[in-house]
Amino acid sequence: MEKRRGGYAKAFRAAFPFTVPVLTGYLFIGTAFGVMFQEKGYNFLWAIVMSILVYAGSGQYLAVNFFAPGVNLLQVIFLEFMVNIRHIFYGLSLLERFSEMGKKKLYMIFSLTDETYSLFFVTKIPKDVDEHKFMFAIALLDQLYWITGSAIGAIAGSVIPFDATGIDFAMTALFIVIFVEQWMTSITHLPALIGIVTGVVCLLVFGSENFILPTMICILVILLSGRKMIEQEVESDAD
Amino acid sequence: MPISPQLSILIIVIVGITTFVTRAIPFLIFRDGKKIPETVKYLGGALPPAVIGMLVIYCLKSVSIVSFPFGLPELIAVAAVVVLHVWKRNNLLSIGVGTVLYMFLVQVVF
Repeated sequence: MEKRRGGYAKAFRAAFPFTVPVLTGYLFIGTAFGVMFQEKGYNFLWAIVMSILVYAGSGQYLAVNFFAPGVNLLQVIFLEFMVNIRHIFYGLSLLERFSEMGKKKLYMIFSLTDETYSLFFVTKIPKDVDEHKFMFAIALLDQLYWITGSAIGAIAGSVIPFDATGIDFAMTALFIVIFVEQWMTSITHLPALIGIVTGVVCLLVFGSENFILPTMICILVILLSGRKMIEQEVESDAD
Repeated sequence: MPISPQLSILIIVIVGITTFVTRAIPFLIFRDGKKIPETVKYLGGALPPAVIGMLVIYCLKSVSIVSFPFGLPELIAVAAVVVLHVWKRNNLLSIGVGTVLYMFLVQVVF
């Protein structure tokens, strides 16, 4: 028992440095959610409950609008599904890793945000740390930052001591860093290019509110139809 | 509160379940024990770089290049993060400097 607990302490210590960028980002975008929610008349306990039970950045921002008389619950489901639809992709890359995680699997699926997902693909897990405990530590730490951020926002309200305009760029910077890291370590750059190019093209064609679903479909179609080419490039480079 | 606590809780639960189901769909389709098709394994490997590329665009989606400041703060800060990261390969440094630079650009310069 002692040994197992030691394993967790070690995993959390090893995971923490990797999560610091998310800590910065989540504290601030979580705070923004808390501020918005308390302006609707919900105190910090409500913000905490929502960040524990939902745990989704854009999903919670959107949800603030639902707390109004005459809310249509079917519409709530539809809009939340659409705003989070990109999450459908994430599990496809984690089917095998999560399926070995036993009781932790449900929480791992629940807590699969953009940021946690991205961290799984760039962090080199230290050799002496259990992989599953390490991944669990990343997922749990990230959610704790999110809950803390939303509580701070709901308590402090609009009295934020300094001008934080632009702090949300931390999240953009995190994804850029992960993108560059992927680029420098992967054999083929085709999938990364496909993501960027289809994203830009669909953004220009469909506009900023509606481009994610078309982008996802285009990425799928291109990856599937270019499978031979991508796999060949991986093989020829590996020789 | 604009609506009753009961309805508020109901909304939170519905939003939570919808979000969870969205994330769980791949695991519901490809259940444990079943063999994962080769195509899905291939997609599992090829998707992350493409999705992360898409997320970068998603973060920058509201930037307007046709009106002032023409996306310049974003362009400068993104370039700074890329150059710094290729050069030093230190996650915290790249993200920290990039964010502070961006805040400076949008608050003071533009």
